[in-house]
Amino acid sequence: MRHIISILMENEAGALSRVAGLFSARGYNIESLTVAPTEDATLSRMTIVTRGSEEVIEQIVKQLNKLIDVVKILDLSDGSHIERELMLVKVRAFGKDREEMKRMADIFRGRIIDVTEKTYTIELTGPGTKLDAFIEAIDPVAILETVRTGASGIGRGERILKV
Amino acid sequence: MELNGAEITVKCLADEGVEFVFGYPGGAVLNIYDAIFKQDKFKHVLVRHEQAAVHAADGYARSTGKVGVALVTSGPGITNAVTGIATAYMDSIPMVVISGQVPTAAIGMDAFQEVDAIGITRPCVKHNFLVKDIKDLAATMKKAFYIASTGRPGPVLVDIPKDITGQPFAYDYSMSVDMRSYNPVVKGHTGQIKKAAQMLFEAKRPMIYSGGGVVLSNASKQLTELTRLLGFPCTNTLMGLGAYPATDKQFVGMLGMHGTYEANMAMQHSDVLLAVGARFDDRVIGSPEHFARDARRIIHIDIDPSSISKRVKVDVPIVGDVAAVLDELIKLIKASKERTDATALSAWWAQIDEWRSIDCLKFDRASAIIKPQFVVQKLWEVTKGEAFVTTDVGQHQMWAAQYYPFNEPRRWITSGGLGTMGFGLPAAMGVQLAHPDAQVACVTGESSIQMCIQELSTCKQYHIPVKVVNLNNRYMGMVRQWQEFFYGNRYAESYMESLPDFVKLAESYGHVGMKIEKPEDVEPALREAFAMKERLVFMDFITDQTENVFPMVPGGAGITEMILAEEL
Repeated sequence: MRHIISILMENEAGALSRVAGLFSARGYNIESLTVAPTEDATLSRMTIVTRGSEEVIEQIVKQLNKLIDVVKILDLSDGSHIERELMLVKVRAFGKDREEMKRMADIFRGRIIDVTEKTYTIELTGPGTKLDAFIEAIDPVAILETVRTGASGIGRGERILKV
Repeated sequence: MELNGAEITVKCLADEGVEFVFGYPGGAVLNIYDAIFKQDKFKHVLVRHEQAAVHAADGYARSTGKVGVALVTSGPGITNAVTGIATAYMDSIPMVVISGQVPTAAIGMDAFQEVDAIGITRPCVKHNFLVKDIKDLAATMKKAFYIASTGRPGPVLVDIPKDITGQPFAYDYSMSVDMRSYNPVVKGHTGQIKKAAQMLFEAKRPMIYSGGGVVLSNASKQLTELTRLLGFPCTNTLMGLGAYPATDKQFVGMLGMHGTYEANMAMQHSDVLLAVGARFDDRVIGSPEHFARDARRIIHIDIDPSSISKRVKVDVPIVGDVAAVLDELIKLIKASKERTDATALSAWWAQIDEWRSIDCLKFDRASAIIKPQFVVQKLWEVTKGEAFVTTDVGQHQMWAAQYYPFNEPRRWITSGGLGTMGFGLPAAMGVQLAHPDAQVACVTGESSIQMCIQELSTCKQYHIPVKVVNLNNRYMGMVRQWQEFFYGNRYAESYMESLPDFVKLAESYGHVGMKIEKPEDVEPALREAFAMKERLVFMDFITDQTENVFPMVPGGAGITEMILAEEL
């Protein structure tokens, strides 16, 4: 099953490699991993999307907790949560495609953030499935380049991950 | 008081109460060695290879329970140390390794003797630090000792660039360690412990399975008390030997791949299993699927939550320090009026005694060739079972585990998890230095001993009177055994040709060498060797080349699928 795990860790050099190293050493898979400092500059927050049986996920969480730099962990998939991912897509936009691309961006509530005579760069935010749907919806030939951040997540309501 | 980084490092070690630092100098640690030269708080032991420095610190740590310390230089110094660090990591041994690093400005420049020590050691340390600022040095040392020795212990590496060791800073070691990200649990959950007690009372075929965690937690007294209080059978893993007195009638022997028939049978057929500081690893329970074929309820006490329900699903997990949890469990059981069903328990013991009666450790005592098991038994007799025994890895290691019953913890010093050949001799040095008056035997084989043989020189320099018991069968015995059983007797590269004359070799290092070729000479040789209290004696026992370790569970099989000696 797909799980999205949030980790608060000390903002130390090498902390990221400890997490990445753990996943490769123990053969866990990483679908995506994002990390950035939080409002407290001594802490980083990492979001990992992974897949595995309940036993594997339990081990992943335990092994992550064992890392000395890890302060707190929350498996967001255990409760209701919100997930967002940012995608930038550069698409071919000339001739009849130009209007079509604008329309598609509007339908998906994307924003065109860069324009040239022949291209648009579209910014799109949402759950990963929405970004997938956008890619599916447009002509694959028109896609020049995509870049995605991987999912970030946060618990709904009172569910808070904080030190 | 203002000191330079090297002096601060050395002062930290002294303030931690370190007695011995095992190490080898080199460019990046010259400042530290200069500071060592000027102090007299601890003794530095110069090894002949960095791997041995770490194994010696490891032997010191295992036999005392204190943190072992090794010091190596950058580049090849730390890469040579990696085998030792991984060995300590797999067996959860408290250790601090200090490595020199090229100057801060040279890091990443492919400087001479530069290697990414943090990156290379990351998967085999509990934690590691690169000290980038002299301000952080003392606090980092303090954290390193704290992390190494608390929770589930393990090795911690502190990598110190050379320029840091030359910079001045005020020394202060009075800080306390407070880490929001690291707070190991000690006390177990009371509700869970109550559930465990209840489950133990309900057992009809109980079994206590204990491992290295009992030794690490200094909980032998509690384990013994609990086992006797309940009247249950007890088995130890390879790492746990000595945690329960092996000559006690409730002890059913070691379990696992080369465990006793009765221990493996009782483990498989138990209905309530109390696992204490053990981790159900592949050498212990074999195939988890086979193990799960018989229904049983499992209580698992471990300080490391990730050890629980890793390979085997557990019913009552208890996270905590083994000693603290057992104390509470004993108290609960004593206070309760309930007891385990005595009739069921005596029927269970009758079954175990029946398994015992096959005498799975029997061997040919009338043999005209020296049997390795016989040597270990005689070693036990001559040392009255009180020696510290270190080993290398292979057949000799298993025979030592099977035929030298330990009645006390921390006497049995072996590389269980990583299985490191070359461990025995340097580990014995650490043990002997920590216990100068004790009998220390390194049980080894002619292949293993050659992996760190250079340490005979260190033993000479520091007058370390270890007794080397070399079970010389001219084969990498365990490799040969697997080739015999599973590879149609094709002994690929397992024959040890061109062996040195070990007697002359020992003598050339300034030690005493003995070659023993007849069974009747075994005991006299051992007596003579141990009578030489001041000397290292290398005993080269020429043993039966074809002897195998039994019982044996083939890799991946169930623990009751044992090959026994008589079947062959």
